[in-house]
Amino acid sequence: MTPQEKTKVVLLACGSFNPITNMHLRMFELARDHLEDTGRYQVVRGIISPVGDAYKKKGLIEACHRVEMARLSTENSSWITVDDWESQQAEWVETAKVVRHHYTELILAEKNHDQVDTVKPVKRRRLEEIEDVCQSSSADHNRSDAPELKLLCGADLVESFDRPNLWKPEDIVEIVGRYGLVCITRSNSDAEKFIYQSDVLHKYRKNIHLVKEWVTNDVSATHIRRALRRGQSVRYLLPDCVVDYIQDQRLYSAESEEKNTDVILAPLQRYTKNTD
Amino acid sequence: MAGRIPLILLACGSFNPITHQHMRLFELARDHMHQTGLYQVVGGIVSPVSDGYAKQGLVSSKHRLAMARLGLQSSDWVAVDEWESQQADWTETVVTMRSPSHSGLGHLLREEMTRSSLAETKHRYHYNRAAEKRWPSTKDTPLDRPSASGPSQLKLLCGADFLETFKVPGLWRAEHIEEVVGHFGLVCVSRSGLQLEQAIHESDLLYKHRHNIFLVHEWIRNEISATEVRRALRRGLSVKYLVPDSVIRYITEHNLYTQDSELKNKGAKLRPLTKQTVLD
Repeated sequence: MTPQEKTKVVLLACGSFNPITNMHLRMFELARDHLEDTGRYQVVRGIISPVGDAYKKKGLIEACHRVEMARLSTENSSWITVDDWESQQAEWVETAKVVRHHYTELILAEKNHDQVDTVKPVKRRRLEEIEDVCQSSSADHNRSDAPELKLLCGADLVESFDRPNLWKPEDIVEIVGRYGLVCITRSNSDAEKFIYQSDVLHKYRKNIHLVKEWVTNDVSATHIRRALRRGQSVRYLLPDCVVDYIQDQRLYSAESEEKNTDVILAPLQRYTKNTD
Repeated sequence: MAGRIPLILLACGSFNPITHQHMRLFELARDHMHQTGLYQVVGGIVSPVSDGYAKQGLVSSKHRLAMARLGLQSSDWVAVDEWESQQADWTETVVTMRSPSHSGLGHLLREEMTRSSLAETKHRYHYNRAAEKRWPSTKDTPLDRPSASGPSQLKLLCGADFLETFKVPGLWRAEHIEEVVGHFGLVCVSRSGLQLEQAIHESDLLYKHRHNIFLVHEWIRNEISATEVRRALRRGLSVKYLVPDSVIRYITEHNLYTQDSELKNKGAKLRPLTKQTVLD
């Protein structure tokens, strides 16, 4: 396959990034290596989309800081970028909507014969126009030269699909069926079994790329916040520039960890209301 | 922090190449030793092994030193010492520990660092920066502040697998273990404290010096190893975020880790095994 014949892929990662860690960045590298190794894909871009403050997760600090840390940490990457659209929305936005938004932007960019990596913010009117086109048929999606957009995630996201009131079933179908997942899993993970046991995931299993992470690396943002609260070093778990930013801005303290304590997570609030 | 014992941490190993995990060990060890309330960590030293070690896949010390220096450029307290790597033959860890450049005196160490231009400039520069920057809650680490007093101690910083090497026949001489653990002391970072405690329990020698062995628990599992990094590089896979960017650039420029480089010393006996057999 020549590079022209390969399917272009853009990887989108959604999450708190509170703060971004080397592990988050590693996931992009692992996913790209894996997809390109199939010989069928060319990964042209990665997008980090930090969640908005309205998500109401415990200890979630302001989006502006989370976006800035993600920006700093991707300065040395030739292909990973940060997008603040999701983080700027006043309300929490369903992941399916975030995926749709980014796909629309890609299609727009393609129509404008732009390079994928120069996607610019576009006007809302035209955006909505295109959004209608995108939603009308998935055949368009297959025919066009536009890149595919895939959601990059850890096994925990897939496993959260069956948690009550966290996801709308039709959103799962849209994300997995229409776009696809690239899921980083531990060498001892049961992600395959989980997919097998879910009818909807099994149906779209060809759209789920499992990437084995052979070298276990448990760096989590939760761990990093804990270490910071305790005055312990977090160096080499996240980029130096982010460590410096955290110190300069004095982020992550016992107080910041208390944020949203006893507040119900936005998706749970929304869906519990709907079903009751 | 007055009255604390100034402490220097020395890490010996291949550093083939240096990874974030190596650098992480120093951070974990320093935090732990400060929490004992007894020590003030005044410096860290990375001492890459000599080419004479004859380990499979070991690239030239020239490169390993250069990479370690690049990787530690942003550290305000860990520096590279080339003494061990410059010896024609492999030197026992205990000999490295006795070597004049780390002979237990903080001011000597700092003079040594002065001679290696990189270390000292960054030492001063970063120290001042770090001192300004530190959080109010943790303003406890000044390097040159005379808060810690008396002669510095030197302890060997190691990973969990290190204690296991004591059991490998022919790898260590008993009197060397005695000196490393008894005279100097170990700071040992491990994911599983139990494994370490068991190793100490099972060895009379280690048990005898158990108070000189500091166990540091690493709560997050991190299996980044130089072996894995070399494996990924041979296969053309990304090692970004496992190894500092500057080190990746150096590896690419010098085309360091390939199928061929991994065959180096293949089938050769590890130097400690041959050297010490001859002595015995």
